[in-house]
Amino acid sequence: MRIISIMNRVLKELFRDKRTLALMFLAPVLILLLMSFIFNSNSSTNVDIATVSMPSSISKNLDQTKHVNVTKYSTKKAANKALKDDKVDAIIQQKGNDYDLTYANTDSTKTAAVKMAFKNSMTTTTISTLKSKLTVASTALAKVQSQMPTATTSTAQKKQASTTPKITNHYVYGDSDTGFFDKILPILMGFFVFFFVFLISGMALLKERTSGTLDRLLATPVKRQDIVFGYMASYGILAVIQTIIIVMVTVWLLGIQVVGNIFNVILVNLILALVALAFGILVSTFANSEFQMMQFIPILVIPQVFFSGIIPLDSMAGWVRDISYIIPIKYSGDAAARVIMQGDGLSSLGLDIGVLFIFLVVLTILNVVGLKRYRKV
Amino acid sequence: MADSIISLKHLVKKFGNQTVLKDINFDVHTSEIVGLIGPSGAGKSTVIKTALGMELADGGSAKVFNKTMPNRELLADIGYMAQTDALYDDLSGKENLKFFADMKGLSKQETAKEIDHVAKVVDLTDDLNKRVSGYSGGMMRRLSLAIALLGKPKLLILDEPTVGIDPALRRQIWKELKHTRDEGRGILITTHVMDEAELTDKVALLLDGKVMAFDKPDVLKMQYDVDSIEDVFLKAEGVL
Repeated sequence: MRIISIMNRVLKELFRDKRTLALMFLAPVLILLLMSFIFNSNSSTNVDIATVSMPSSISKNLDQTKHVNVTKYSTKKAANKALKDDKVDAIIQQKGNDYDLTYANTDSTKTAAVKMAFKNSMTTTTISTLKSKLTVASTALAKVQSQMPTATTSTAQKKQASTTPKITNHYVYGDSDTGFFDKILPILMGFFVFFFVFLISGMALLKERTSGTLDRLLATPVKRQDIVFGYMASYGILAVIQTIIIVMVTVWLLGIQVVGNIFNVILVNLILALVALAFGILVSTFANSEFQMMQFIPILVIPQVFFSGIIPLDSMAGWVRDISYIIPIKYSGDAAARVIMQGDGLSSLGLDIGVLFIFLVVLTILNVVGLKRYRKV
Repeated sequence: MADSIISLKHLVKKFGNQTVLKDINFDVHTSEIVGLIGPSGAGKSTVIKTALGMELADGGSAKVFNKTMPNRELLADIGYMAQTDALYDDLSGKENLKFFADMKGLSKQETAKEIDHVAKVVDLTDDLNKRVSGYSGGMMRRLSLAIALLGKPKLLILDEPTVGIDPALRRQIWKELKHTRDEGRGILITTHVMDEAELTDKVALLLDGKVMAFDKPDVLKMQYDVDSIEDVFLKAEGVL
């Protein structure tokens, strides 16, 4: 009964504070949109390549490569000028049997793209050269074969079929556009939930303490755990709404594929939000003002990003990697990624959810005991 | 003598190395208004917090309704008003009252009746649906008092209840406090306003962590051979 009253009160306060509400619900959407623009445009860099006295087969192949424009220049001098004027990103020139490549190299991704495109077109050209030679050979072979008994024909046909390889790509998740953003999204989602719930709930309890309402609340026969549970209920509802908004934006606006059940994603984020709430309330007891609460962000929140899995953990030194075991966002990100990308069900998320639960229980007990500071019973 | 509601005996309270309360002895009985006066820093709020069970006594005993504090259940019978207004600004006056009525465990019908009653006492009936953030300082103080009065608690503990309230309303509040007392309830009140101390039934003069004097205002004035409680206060402090 009292838990529900406290929940109602906290929710009323939250929904009347329009700015904070906007921060919780709109800021993640804005940041997600921005990030999707930035990371997705990065993955398809357009490069302009100048060619000088190149065999037409190679430049044709180059030109057919996606995001590559080829311009023919008659002299190296004219091409150099174009490079200097920023009209092209690289020059490819054939000198006898060798190739001479000059990169503007102002943008390393473009240089890499040119290298890749050139390598591919060379391979393609080599293959097609080989192919044409092979065709000649197989025609000759066929001639010979036709004069031979029919028994060998089938093998020859097989052989002929294998000389024209057809490449088909299969993707387990996403398509050729799948990039960095898709990988970090599940973690990012958890981060938003964690960050905002941590900050706002911490501030809310801090305000209760500094304004004296906590004392007044504790001067009634309310149980200490009722206060903690009341806060949990209200911020749990808030986190569910926030997660739903984030998931909707990612699925319908950003077109990101969710293989598993969306409800599992929401559930994982709900548990994370409760961990964040308990964490925020606990930390707020060590702060004397809103500004001091903000000071916990670089110490407690930002490092979580580094160990959350956004940056690959396997490349880190062993002891650094061990830190990630105490980072709640790592577990939620892990669980959410498996639901979104691999479609895992709840049963296979047991470890991640279990660890989050342990965080939650320990922090909640600490909070209930911690309120003893303000009332001894 | 009537029943003792608050009974403080040889109460000692330390914060770290600092001993704030050295030896506090006084009682509050039913149908009695006890005023707690003393200079700031004398430990008035600490006395109140110990009586409420928010702080634990380091020595002696603090009993309320004959039970040793801290005791959570007993808080249902105590109305407490702190020095700060302690209100939820984003809620309306009515929502504040309703929330604290829920916390005190009042039933639904009681809540509605009590809100009507206390709002009338503090003259806030017309402003109950406004948000507290739009209230004036005096209105906030009155709402804070109204919350303490919710549920007709047998004991009222009021920390500086009349700061920032205009004289007419102050008189009205005192009238209500006396009415409360006459219903057989007890009130412990701290105040800076000395002429208010004259209105109490008994005055406890708190100085340097001890109760220097505890008696009826008239008796105190006679003891110290002065005309007002203000002079008693100054004489006890050694200024006069």
